[in-house]
Amino acid sequence: MLIDWNNFTPWTALAGGALIGVASSLFILLNGRIAGITGIVGGLFRPIVHDAGWRIAFIIGLMIAPLSWQLFFPLPDIKIEASYSLLAVAGLVVGLGARYGSGCTSGHGVCGIARLSPRSIIATLAFMSTGFLTVYIMRHLIGA
Amino acid sequence: MRKRLGNITALIFALLSGLIFGLGLILAGMANPAKVLAFLDLTGLWDPSMALVMGGAIAVGLVAFRIAGKRSLSFLGLPINLPTSRIIDKRLVFGALVFGMGWGLVGICPAPAFVLLGTGSIKGIIFVIAMLIGMGIYELLESRRK
Repeated sequence: MLIDWNNFTPWTALAGGALIGVASSLFILLNGRIAGITGIVGGLFRPIVHDAGWRIAFIIGLMIAPLSWQLFFPLPDIKIEASYSLLAVAGLVVGLGARYGSGCTSGHGVCGIARLSPRSIIATLAFMSTGFLTVYIMRHLIGA
Repeated sequence: MRKRLGNITALIFALLSGLIFGLGLILAGMANPAKVLAFLDLTGLWDPSMALVMGGAIAVGLVAFRIAGKRSLSFLGLPINLPTSRIIDKRLVFGALVFGMGWGLVGICPAPAFVLLGTGSIKGIIFVIAMLIGMGIYELLESRRK
């Protein structure tokens, strides 16, 4: 294993991670909700009265993050190499899989592990392993 | 009137939580799909940053969820909704395996997808629309199952 020391950013990673932790903590302690994006968005497909507002508010919060960031700092590099068609396929697979698995990186990977939930630990191990495997196949076997 | 004000407070904190979450993703570099893929590329030049992002987030969350677990109402007086299911079934495992495949294809998962949408990136828009369609297909399949 070769570590990419030039691009490894331990301090901003830890600080950004801590911010994500603070957001998840605020959300459970004030709103009483898990900051799992799949669950938050998925719930909008089953409209229950008085249940949509907080979901939409959280999503808007995520969406205005880049603009708010730009009020103070230039936005860091964002590079999406994938083609439009690959993005469409991946988006479809992510949406379907995350709903079947009841969560994604935020709900299982952060909140679930922080709750020490066995379900979330299993789910995180599962999606991490296919994540690693897919990148291995795409980059080193197919060479796409 | 008091209930309505309570609702507005809850909405403001939901917005704030989403905003802080998004700023955390940007600071951590996780809004950049190339950096996420660099973490998932174990056999290439490996960027371990994402492990520290998750570690930092979990460390903070451990304290909050410990407190939340002992309460039935939040500090705003709202019910605390913690998942109660403990079943590890095929749906959970296969769903997560499939999600990981999609994630590994492009390096985007649901939270960063909405941050990318907020940057106005066309690629972000395409991903989010496809993801919403995927979630819609799930709902359709679920409603047929019943």
